[in-house]
Amino acid sequence: METMVHVFLMGKQYEVPASLTIMGAFEYAGYQLVRGCGCRNGFCGACATVYRVKGDSELHACLACQTQVVDNMYIAMLPFFPVVKQVYDIEKVTPSQMIMMQLYPEIYACIGCNACTKSCTQDLNVMQYIAYAQRGEFEKCAEESFDCVMCGVCSSRCPAGISHPQVAMLARRLNGKYLAPKSAHLEKRVQEIQAGDFEGMMEELMQKPLAELQELYNHREIEQ
Amino acid sequence: MYTNEMMESIRKVEAARAKNLELEPRRMTAEEKDTLLKTYHPDYKEGEFAVLQVGPNRGEKVPTELAALLQANSRIAPAQVDLEHPAYDVDVLIIGGGGAGTSAAIEADKAGAKVMIVTKLRMGDANTMMAEGGIQAADKPNDSPAIHYLDAFGGGHFAAKPELLYKLVTEAPEAIAWLNDLGVEFDKEPDGTMITTHGGGTSRKRMHAAKDYSGAEIMRTLRDEVLNRQIPVVDFTAAIELVLDENGRAAGAVLMNMETQELMVARAKTVVIATGGAGRLHYQGFPTSNHYGATADGLVLAYRAGAKLLYPDTLQYHPTGAAFPEQIFGALVTEKVRSLGAKLINVDGEAFMHPLETRDVSAASIIRECTTRGKGVRTSQGLGVWLDTPMIERKGGEGTIERRIPAMLRMFGKYDIDIRKQPILVYPTLHYQNGGIDISKDCQSGVENLFVAGEAVGGIHGRNRLMGNSLLDIIVFGRTAGKSAAAKAQAVQEGQLTLSHVDAFARQLEQAGIHSDLVSPKLLPDYRRVK
Repeated sequence: METMVHVFLMGKQYEVPASLTIMGAFEYAGYQLVRGCGCRNGFCGACATVYRVKGDSELHACLACQTQVVDNMYIAMLPFFPVVKQVYDIEKVTPSQMIMMQLYPEIYACIGCNACTKSCTQDLNVMQYIAYAQRGEFEKCAEESFDCVMCGVCSSRCPAGISHPQVAMLARRLNGKYLAPKSAHLEKRVQEIQAGDFEGMMEELMQKPLAELQELYNHREIEQ
Repeated sequence: MYTNEMMESIRKVEAARAKNLELEPRRMTAEEKDTLLKTYHPDYKEGEFAVLQVGPNRGEKVPTELAALLQANSRIAPAQVDLEHPAYDVDVLIIGGGGAGTSAAIEADKAGAKVMIVTKLRMGDANTMMAEGGIQAADKPNDSPAIHYLDAFGGGHFAAKPELLYKLVTEAPEAIAWLNDLGVEFDKEPDGTMITTHGGGTSRKRMHAAKDYSGAEIMRTLRDEVLNRQIPVVDFTAAIELVLDENGRAAGAVLMNMETQELMVARAKTVVIATGGAGRLHYQGFPTSNHYGATADGLVLAYRAGAKLLYPDTLQYHPTGAAFPEQIFGALVTEKVRSLGAKLINVDGEAFMHPLETRDVSAASIIRECTTRGKGVRTSQGLGVWLDTPMIERKGGEGTIERRIPAMLRMFGKYDIDIRKQPILVYPTLHYQNGGIDISKDCQSGVENLFVAGEAVGGIHGRNRLMGNSLLDIIVFGRTAGKSAAAKAQAVQEGQLTLSHVDAFARQLEQAGIHSDLVSPKLLPDYRRVK
């Protein structure tokens, strides 16, 4: 007999196996999810969920697909939270502090309460990456925020109305496009292909009979 | 976290670790691989396939679960759909909001077309988001598109359509450059050199990555770009039938609001199917690494409209799905774990194969180890073998795991397994649909004005796909589909909308004596408890 626990899904009590994730508990209880379910693997941020365990005053946040149920868990799914996403042209912006001031000025109203960090479903140091964004340190902001799944829980807890995931998204794109070092070998190869440098080689390979291709494949040299 | 029995086996793994680390297991010969696949790979398992009785692939075999959906009933009664008053009227209608759909949307928008994306979940709820390991491109001096071609052609058992594979490998470096230029971050050395590794079956280190969030980094950037371009995205809305014109050309789709079930019609000059794969059909009862919406919808829509499928009988079972704990059963453990040096080890602590054979061979080898050889480790869900992750830190130095595969560290860490110190249990999981809709190199299917990109396509990879070639194909073919669909839309003379093909298909089913109680496309799996 498997161990069962009592949970409160959107306030209603159900008895579910203790081994289940919160997402599994919803399905066990009879929900066929439409919202609040995406990759089921911790990468997409669709299943942001807040919960409180009876007797504990702290409100926790998690991803429903990544969190196991415990007894007396009060669970509310938060599959959508309205964040602000500013529209910009990536070709026209410059990676300076000014761009944050223009697009996301509310980050400068951060009161340092750290509620964002405490609520992060990925255990990121959210307040720290916002601090980097304030200072225009986009490389650091990109690194600190890299594992963000954009679930939006941080924004739901922010008294300053900051849309943290979108701020980080901008910082990562600025870093990826403008600040990270360019790859000379990549640019060279793109030019070589455009100049047709590999056409002869490709043609020669592709016209070989199957038996010869098999022979080549089975005895090809593998880089160590 | 591990059971006593597992801990006992772990001690053998630990005792043999130094020796196994030194060992370079022999790669199998072509003949050995052939026999292994025929004996153990699920694609060769008889009784799991059905022969199609109607449609363009009549007489060919496909997985039983797919056959049931391809030969199921439409969700609509065509006569009840109002085709006269479309809710949307666009140049290019893109069905699916993953990596291929968004790439297509960006290029079609750039070409000046009026574009719209419909997606049954949210934009970015897609297998792209979950791709961990990386993306291939031959951009290093010791590599070339020809070497990439040979690796992929051989790995796919020489079955790929040459013109599609040519396109994949020759446009790969440009795809990376395009992504980087959009702001996608890649792991680089301080001088800008891309940090690249091997994948199973590669002969050069050409796997580019963004830690083990490669797909997520690409997907969120493409999504951001679609939003910046203000391309309309109609989410939580599924396409449930294609609409054709009186000449049988694609001209739109019937849409259904996933929450209210309201039906709407979208009229379009050209249509792009970018609906992804089929892992959630759980072929042969396998768990899957795929996202919630991977139910082969695009294949059903296209098939009913008359498009031919190619290699729909070949699936990819990723060798390393999580086998323990049960909460993450079937979740992807990226191949990059093996690229970085972890080896596959059996219950007795033996490294039983080279860790970087192609995926089909690796999966079959693990299944053999767990069945006839009896060298698997027992779990609550079945069996598994060890993937000895602590080897990574021994080989690459302390901190390698946190730096290169943070998602894996986190995924197991949530269940108190520190992969830096303890190995993990893996078993094959349903991962990728190798086959799909047959296309030309401009991405057009057998139905005029119907374009396809991404996992819904068949023939790019042949009968098995190499790691890192699907993130590549969604970009290369997604962009091509967008450009082709936008160009073609300019020349389209709008005709009379019709759903007569849906009625015609129903008549064919009737004539074949098929009476299904299923409707398709499936749209979502149903995991509710059967009481």
